[in-house]
Parts: sequence; structure tokens; C-alpha cells
Amino acid sequence: MNKIGSYLNFHAQALELRSRRNEILASNIANAATPNFKARDLDFDAEINRHVGIGPLQTTNEQHFPTAIAATGNSLLFREPVNPSLDGNTVELSVEQMEFSENVTRYQTTLTFLNNRISGLMSAIRGE
Amino acid sequence: MSEIKNIFDISGRAMAAQLVRLNTVASNLANAGTITGTKEEAFRALKPVFQTRYADELKRSGVSTVDVLTVAEVSRAPEKAFMPHHPSADADGFVYRAAVDENEEMVEMVEASRQYQNNVEVISTIRALMMRTINMGK
Repeated sequence: MNKIGSYLNFHAQALELRSRRNEILASNIANAATPNFKARDLDFDAEINRHVGIGPLQTTNEQHFPTAIAATGNSLLFREPVNPSLDGNTVELSVEQMEFSENVTRYQTTLTFLNNRISGLMSAIRGE
Repeated sequence: MSEIKNIFDISGRAMAAQLVRLNTVASNLANAGTITGTKEEAFRALKPVFQTRYADELKRSGVSTVDVLTVAEVSRAPEKAFMPHHPSADADGFVYRAAVDENEEMVEMVEASRQYQNNVEVISTIRALMMRTINMGK
């Protein structure tokens, strides 16, 4: 990966993971009233290490495809409910709302980091 | 039904499902207390049956929304009452009241509207995030 790419890579991966987690949490909130639905979530720390640690495939020939190892589904976990409900649904709206707002805040933080890095690069390019 | 592509599909379809639930509550409450001459004709409360609809497990695992499978009648029996002077009373003087529990319907209404609001909140938050992401690097 080139220098600028690897300079932005970590936050780009984090942003993608945060956005994926937003989708999962939105699915949980959407299924708050569905009987027997089990709430899902992902372990952000473990996932980001996996994404950044592996990176793209190193190729020795220009005809090789430089593919990255995609995130697979088996890294998703099930949430342990604080108060289990009778209908088998493990979505607790208060928990999901809290996780969702935390995830949104962290998404915005990552976005700010990315913006700062990009504007730093821009001022270096312009020589200001 | 079409594929679940993004967060707007997830929350939008959940809102549609909650709206079906609110509609059944409205029709149940409108029919509460109606009186009929036979047990079969008596109104029975309607309830939507929700089912999780998953996105493609390989491409986007853990993403799902909710569909209304069917709208079913409750199995509760209509209340039988002795009202011989009522115009729709049967030969023995009995009438049947609609099988609707008003308290249950009110609780259902509050819950459905709260969950609808939650989905609206998710969509407006995600929309704001998307607008900020579009402006990245400016």
C-alpha cells in the first residue's frame, strides 16, 4: 500500500466497521418487537485488529489479484440480555439505544480524525 | 420482497411494520364494544404477526429487518351477555360483545408508537452521519 493510503488506512477501516456496526444495531432496534429475535453485535476491538492486522494480500506477480480477506459473518456475537423476556426476544431498547448513540459518537470521532489527517496532508501538499 | 440494501431499508420496513400494528390497534379500538347477535359474527381483535427478515448471510451478516407475516384474529371468545330487549338479540335473548381488550390495545398503541419513534431516530441520526461523511476532506 502506498504511503498516503497507509496513513489513512486505520481510520478508514475503523469508519467502515463503525458503519457496519450501525447497521447491526439498527437491525436490533428494528426487531424490538419480533418474538424469538436474538440481538447481535460485534466486538469492535477484535474486529479492528483483524482488519488492520491482515491487510491486503501480498502479490509476487502483476497478474495476481490483490484481494483483501473480507470480514466473515462468524465474528458476530449474540447479546446477553440483562432481563430476559418471555417471548424469547433479547433486544433491550435501552441497551441498544445506548450502544447506538455511543457508536454514532465514535463514528464522528473517527471522521474528525480522518478530516484532520486529510487537511494535514493538503497543507503539506500546498506547502502552506 | 426486495433485498435489504442499507440502513434505510432496515428502519423503513420496521416503521412500515409498526404502522400496520398501529392500524390494527385503531381498528380494534373502533370495533370495541360492538354488539352482534351470533358468536361467529362477533368482532375479534386483530394482531399482526412479526417475523425477522434477514439480509444475505454471506454479504452482510447480522443485518435484518422485520416483516408482517400475517394479520391474525385472537383466539379469545366474545363475551356473551343477556340483553333480551336489544334489537340484535338471538332467540334466547343473548348478544355477543366484540372480543377486544381496550387496556391491552392502549398498551400496544403506546409501545408501537415508541418503537416507530426509535426507528425514525435511527434514520435521522444516520442521515446526519452520511451528510458529514460526504463532506469529508473539505
